Amino acid sequence: MSDHSPFHTPPRFSATFDEHSIAQIQRAAATGIYDIRGGGAKRRMPHFDDLLFLGASISRYPLEGYREKCGTDVVLGTRFAKKPIELKIPVTIAGMSFGALSGQAKEALGRGATAMGTSTTTGDGGMTPEERGHSTKLVYQLLPSRYGMNPDDLRKADAIEVVVGQGAKPGGGGMLLGQKITERVAKMRNLPVGIDQRSACRHPDWTGPDDLAIKITELREITNWEKPIYVKVGATRPYYDTALAVKSGADVVVLDGMQGGTAATQEVFIEHVGIPILAALRPAVQALQDLDMHRKVQLVVSGGIRNGADVAKCLALGADAVAIGTAALIALGDNAPALEEEYRKIGSTAGAYDDWHEGRDPAGITTQDPALAARLDPVKAGKRLANYLAVLTMETQIIARACGKSHVHNLEPDDLVALTVEAAAMARVPLAGTSWIPGQGGY
Amino acid sequence: MNAFDLTKTPLREANAKLQSLPADTNEKVWHLNNLHGEHACAVGLTQPIEVHVNGHIGYYCAGMNQNATVIIHGQCGVGVAENMMSGEVRVKGTASSAAGATGQGGLLVIEGDAGTRCGISMKGIDIVVKGSVGAMSAFMAQSGSLVVCGDAGASLGDSIYEARLYVQGKVESLGSDCVEKKMTPHHLAKLERLLKKAGIEADPKKFRRFGSKRNLYNFHVDNVDAY
Repeated sequence: MSDHSPFHTPPRFSATFDEHSIAQIQRAAATGIYDIRGGGAKRRMPHFDDLLFLGASISRYPLEGYREKCGTDVVLGTRFAKKPIELKIPVTIAGMSFGALSGQAKEALGRGATAMGTSTTTGDGGMTPEERGHSTKLVYQLLPSRYGMNPDDLRKADAIEVVVGQGAKPGGGGMLLGQKITERVAKMRNLPVGIDQRSACRHPDWTGPDDLAIKITELREITNWEKPIYVKVGATRPYYDTALAVKSGADVVVLDGMQGGTAATQEVFIEHVGIPILAALRPAVQALQDLDMHRKVQLVVSGGIRNGADVAKCLALGADAVAIGTAALIALGDNAPALEEEYRKIGSTAGAYDDWHEGRDPAGITTQDPALAARLDPVKAGKRLANYLAVLTMETQIIARACGKSHVHNLEPDDLVALTVEAAAMARVPLAGTSWIPGQGGY
Repeated sequence: MNAFDLTKTPLREANAKLQSLPADTNEKVWHLNNLHGEHACAVGLTQPIEVHVNGHIGYYCAGMNQNATVIIHGQCGVGVAENMMSGEVRVKGTASSAAGATGQGGLLVIEGDAGTRCGISMKGIDIVVKGSVGAMSAFMAQSGSLVVCGDAGASLGDSIYEARLYVQGKVESLGSDCVEKKMTPHHLAKLERLLKKAGIEADPKKFRRFGSKRNLYNFHVDNVDAY
């Protein structure tokens, strides 16, 4: 229709070829290479916002908010480990590497977690003395790359996490681009400075659950059967992966949904491989229940945990604890509005910055640039994280008390309803106002 | 003689004893007897002791070894001396897959053949194989040396970083970014030292050297066919 027509309609944007899709096509055409970024899936998907707690009513009574106790402690690794990890709160810090994060950021994570009596986790690249020194409870990851893998550090750890995959990229290896490979990072990984570091997607010395069982036995033998052994999987086939992890001898299963972050991965991988944590949680719990291992092998879930309601929903659906990564970085200072001008200079904006792989983070968190990293005060950032963890815990307790629970682990699926049919089917709780759980009872 | 009969002593007990020996122990030599393919045998050792594994053994024997000398008088399963840090591990028989995987130091000698992925992701270990190695050996090998007196299977040194590979026999094929390199006097001397240290008689001049072309060190779309 021409501009002069009396029936002119405004330009119409396509729902299919939306702004993001068009920009991706234009970028791909101009560069010939796919997009890489940090973080987790950004698309809208069924999540914990689609669930609601029912709270107490005539049929059950609540606990008094400021007087009646609501426990938050959790013990991980009670199956085989001589020294299980005792946490004061059901929120842990997920694995993030020194290399992906600055030394200051790792220190701040340790400080914040320690202040609240919970654990932090190493990442690809090994354990730094600063991280060990500032974390009273530290989980040491055994990754396919084995960068920085060291039996002395293994023995120094409080738990060991065998990483099979992560939610942002199940089936994918890691990638730390050359610009973040400083002398120290390179030395820890035994590679030349400045080259891209590809982390393998499969472990070098085991394939399948039978081998994994032997690998776990080796780790236990080396560490005198003291350390809890976690097995971390990206959420894809959670029922079978959980069952196989249990079969392999894991003390703890860590399940990471597709909203879980990565330091650097292809956008297409982040957004299109794996399933949301909401969809993964119940099948994992089902596997534990079918094996009579629920609460005997602990389940830690992660991927998009933001507030105490999310924590409470995870626990109600059967998890023993949650892990946070992206939220922890935000608490440290990532994507702070105060840095808006600097985000603009590097083509981003506060709230959307995800080019963590480039090492130009104005907040000094996802960088190895000494000047940028020095911007993050580990003490102050650690305090912010501790504050945030405290709020998460209190919010979880508020909800638990409202449901009449004297411990956050007493939350149960019966406390929940769903706002959407999809969430009802995934969480296996009724659609609000009905008794209908899609997929159950024959329809 | 310090010895464990593994039909009578649980492996956990034997490993715990070997792991807990003090640095100045007088009990320097140990024997593990009556083996039945146990997994994770003599792992996590830290002291300069000598352990004789007298029989065939399962996965991860001498895994993460530090300082100790472990001699396996038999065949061994997957991942012998995986992630070894230092010391020496010697296999008198043949080794299965992933021998010396991710090893960071020390010397692994295999007097027989080694299976696939020998030296996968090696990070400083030296591996000398008197026989041949299987496919995908030295995959993503970062540093250290792999010496093969026999033949090497397909895709040797795929995606290799700075590790040095020496092969006397045939190489079925080279993996991505792995190329033959000139054998300089420096490398000849290094190879000679390694063979001598391993106690294996071979003429260094008959070996060829392989290493990284370094084309894949930083991702570039023009190299996409290599992946």
